Amino acid sequence: MEKKTVDIKDFVPAPGEARPRYSASDFERGGGTARDDFDEGLDLPDIDTSPMFINIGPTHPATHGTFRVYCQLDGESIQKAGVDVGYLHRGFEKIVEVKQYNQVIPYTDRLNYCSGLVNNIAFCKAVERMLDIEITERTRVIRVIIMEIQRIMDHMICCGTNIVDIGALTNFWYFYNARDKLNDVLEALTGARLTYSYTRVGGLAWDLPSGWRESVKAAMREVPAAIADVRGLVEKNRIFQDRTRGVGQISTADAISFGWTGPCLRATGADLDLRKVRPYYGYDQFDFDIPVGANGDVYDRILVRIHEMNESLRIIEQAIDRVPDGPINVDDKRVTLPPKHKVHTSMEALINHFKLVIDGVQPPPCRIYDATETPNGELGFYIVSDGSGHPYRIKVRPPCFYTMNALKFLVEGGMVADIVAILGGLNVIAGELDR
Amino acid sequence: MATQERARHDALVAELKQRFGARVLDVDFAFDDCTITVDKAAIRDVLVYLHNDRGFDFLMDVAGLDCMNLPSFRERFEVSYMLYASKSDTRVRIDVPVSELDMDVPTVTDLWKSANWGEREAFEMFGFNFVGHPCLKRLLTHHEFVGHPLRKDYPLMGGQWCSSTSDMTEELNEPR
Repeated sequence: MEKKTVDIKDFVPAPGEARPRYSASDFERGGGTARDDFDEGLDLPDIDTSPMFINIGPTHPATHGTFRVYCQLDGESIQKAGVDVGYLHRGFEKIVEVKQYNQVIPYTDRLNYCSGLVNNIAFCKAVERMLDIEITERTRVIRVIIMEIQRIMDHMICCGTNIVDIGALTNFWYFYNARDKLNDVLEALTGARLTYSYTRVGGLAWDLPSGWRESVKAAMREVPAAIADVRGLVEKNRIFQDRTRGVGQISTADAISFGWTGPCLRATGADLDLRKVRPYYGYDQFDFDIPVGANGDVYDRILVRIHEMNESLRIIEQAIDRVPDGPINVDDKRVTLPPKHKVHTSMEALINHFKLVIDGVQPPPCRIYDATETPNGELGFYIVSDGSGHPYRIKVRPPCFYTMNALKFLVEGGMVADIVAILGGLNVIAGELDR
Repeated sequence: MATQERARHDALVAELKQRFGARVLDVDFAFDDCTITVDKAAIRDVLVYLHNDRGFDFLMDVAGLDCMNLPSFRERFEVSYMLYASKSDTRVRIDVPVSELDMDVPTVTDLWKSANWGEREAFEMFGFNFVGHPCLKRLLTHHEFVGHPLRKDYPLMGGQWCSSTSDMTEELNEPR
């Protein structure tokens, strides 16, 4: 204690002794900074106060993908930011122009890889509209169930990792335990755990395995407990609230102007959800609500997602007992392969099989823009057909492309640490952002 | 539901035809959607009118198209604007034919902020020059990349050697 007092107040180095760097200016003044007669602020040596430029990303663990935020910093606050994306650009829209429509489905898995099945369904839904096909009742209900399972899984990744990024790891495991059970269910159905490719134009790849509905019900029972655990840990947590409330705030008008959709838009208070506004696949027959936030900050985005999981659970509970018996593929020779025994016994079926495999599904010459409510927001496919078996052009409207557009708007004026919280809350998935 | 929207589409098309006359080149109602093809000379006025007076608050997407291999087309290129009015739940697609010889298209970044990245992507993929855009740089491809990859005459296979890191000064200084 004695030594410390001397150090701060009156330490004068012996002649020739190296001066400690931490108090360089003090010696010229002939005294420590703690002395009562210390005159602060006068003739300090020049300190570099020019802005500092740093890169956050492209490979930063908290970016969950590769994109770069180039920041001009004043201390720890961000004066200006530039967002650089495209590190995962792999020419999706170019390569699909030489594929058949059903061959595009595996590529759509890689758009938002946290919920590949929803992308499969969104693409097939657009192509089925081009062909004027009404899918069977059984397929429709199965698609609703797997879309809602994927919505829960996607939100679990988003919320789990977002909360990890701001320092709370336990929640992540609570969500991932339940998510793993859901993944087992989808693995039993599709044989895959990430890139499912389960739908086909006009139906599904195969029917439900036996006992699948019971396994869904069992997995569903894990989810409410996980949600309750996480909510109990974070919702009233002071540290969590300090890190998320008022951070990355955006008004409804700005969010709409930026083209935001999905949970990020609903966190600002707008209740726009395609499942309610333009119900497809009989969503209007299910009883569910659209959770909305109020402030449009990171806290609301996480909470809206957590509440949406509960609503998805409600939909699945209603749908799981409503799966009717019947075929899964439409009876339409333009899209569905004939049964194998007919291929072996009938010339027409053999030709049909051959033409479908070689030429693929051939929508009439037309253009269509079809949108689906994915976990991230509106996923749109603008498809141009010239009548051949290959799509002339497919333009994807990824929901997070337009939320990411607003990142500059959100982070400027904030702190460096907020970038991590904001990025996680936007749920930007590089796969669909860069295509 | 579809009939209600059809009525809104009909009213909108009638109003547009009255205001812009022959500059509304074509109207199409396939698949219960509404697609309006507009002459490039009037596109800015049409979009300003739709945004300010008809409540189209969402610009969902900006899509380019190279019509080179289609059986019939007005001009080689086309820009499509997917618009959505959330109050009245109306969707409209506006198509604009763009000549290969004059790739200038007026920007709409001042009307919708989403146009910023939407137009940048259409620029890099097809080469449209969005006049007045605050930062018309390549977005998804590398800044040294040459050519517009979604044009039909751009080869599917091949690669380009790009080495240096992008200087982000323009993005940094873009107004918030």
